[in-house]
Amino acid sequence: MQSKPIALTILDIISVIVLGVATYLALVFAPTEAVMGQVQRVFYFHVGTAWVGLLGFVLAAISGIAYLVTKDMKWDRFEVAAVEVSTMFFFITIVLGSIWARPAWNTWWTWDPRLTTAAVTELIYVAYFMLRAGIEDPEKRARFGAVYTLLGGLSAPITFMVIRLFRTIHPVVIGNQSAEAQGGFSMTPDMRTAFFFALFAFTVIFIDLLWHRIRLGGLQEKVEQLKLNVSM
Amino acid sequence: MNHPAPSLLKATFAIVRKDLAAEFRSRELLSAMLVFSMLVILIFNFALELDVKVRQSVTAGVLWTTFAFAGTLGLNRSMAVEKDRGCMDGLLLAPVDRSAIFFGKAISNLAFMLIVEAIVIPLYAMLYNEVRIFQVEFLGVLLLGSIGYIAVGTLLSAMSVQTRTRDVLLPILLFPVAVPVLLASVKASGGIIAGADFAEILTPLNLLIVYDIIFIAVAFMVFDFVVEE
Repeated sequence: MQSKPIALTILDIISVIVLGVATYLALVFAPTEAVMGQVQRVFYFHVGTAWVGLLGFVLAAISGIAYLVTKDMKWDRFEVAAVEVSTMFFFITIVLGSIWARPAWNTWWTWDPRLTTAAVTELIYVAYFMLRAGIEDPEKRARFGAVYTLLGGLSAPITFMVIRLFRTIHPVVIGNQSAEAQGGFSMTPDMRTAFFFALFAFTVIFIDLLWHRIRLGGLQEKVEQLKLNVSM
Repeated sequence: MNHPAPSLLKATFAIVRKDLAAEFRSRELLSAMLVFSMLVILIFNFALELDVKVRQSVTAGVLWTTFAFAGTLGLNRSMAVEKDRGCMDGLLLAPVDRSAIFFGKAISNLAFMLIVEAIVIPLYAMLYNEVRIFQVEFLGVLLLGSIGYIAVGTLLSAMSVQTRTRDVLLPILLFPVAVPVLLASVKASGGIIAGADFAEILTPLNLLIVYDIIFIAVAFMVFDFVVEE
């Protein structure tokens, strides 16, 4: 039985520290936005969690392809870990977005391209877990999971493009803003600091959780192996 | 003795012919899809109160929802028949390329869906006096949308039929991935009914074509992984 690696323990500690610093920067250090007030502070964590959410889905699709090519179970463990962690972060993104949208747009939810794509993506990955739950054979589960993440990863960008045909009110803080967007603003240097630190912090936390989940997957496999040995 | 393997085209059409022959003998799949479609439209009639004004804006949505639901029914059945009677193993043992099985199943599924559409569309037109759906562009969108939906649906039904929750799982797997097809089709066909310029429906139409090409290619490439034992 391998014990928890030292590097992982160190990463745990760093994750807690950066989360604390990011919270301080977002809630205290960054100046209050002039028009929206305090609620704008949601923005830092909203974008941070969305970034790692998307990162995980891209990683999942890539590891899905890697599994289909190599048939190595370690890619399957990586894929499950990435999808599971990202699904959670993406859910946090949607909840935080709703909290912000209520005062800024005067509604919890609207069928805007980003919001709709987020909801559909989240549903794709919920379906992914239901698919895996219905298959007993680990090898088949890995194969079907890989195929489905691949389909999901291809379909999500097209969903985004299709829904963009309908108009959008989601603000784009970095890059070009659509004329109909509501709740946009430009960042001051201090806001930028808080923003980029939040991105960094969530990337660290993401890697930490991903590592834990991959390790857990390995241990699960070992337990199943041992159970088989005992029953035989 | 060593028989040369039949060509991909020949093998594909052999499977299509088998499916169509079996279906035209039993008619269980088509009749289920048709009756189900009519029931969905009936329910929509009362749920949405399809009067003249509402119909203007929701015809495309009602038709696409109906076809999507009826489509999952057909996809499920067509794959379950192969699995239950052990025909899938027979097909896999046949000395043909696996992609012939995918294309064969996809083409016969598409044929079933188009037959249902060919009956439901005139019925809808008659019931609601909606003749604007008989336009070449509208029927073209219907064909493109059905192709994309069936391509990804055939692949996913081959997966879901091998799971414990089989029938329940197909729509859950299929709908989120097929959202782009359904949205683009509704957008394009809704525009055609409303008499929009061709330039306006060009974007959803292009996206529909892009989706069709990508997903036919991907489904064709990964089908091997789904059926291997």
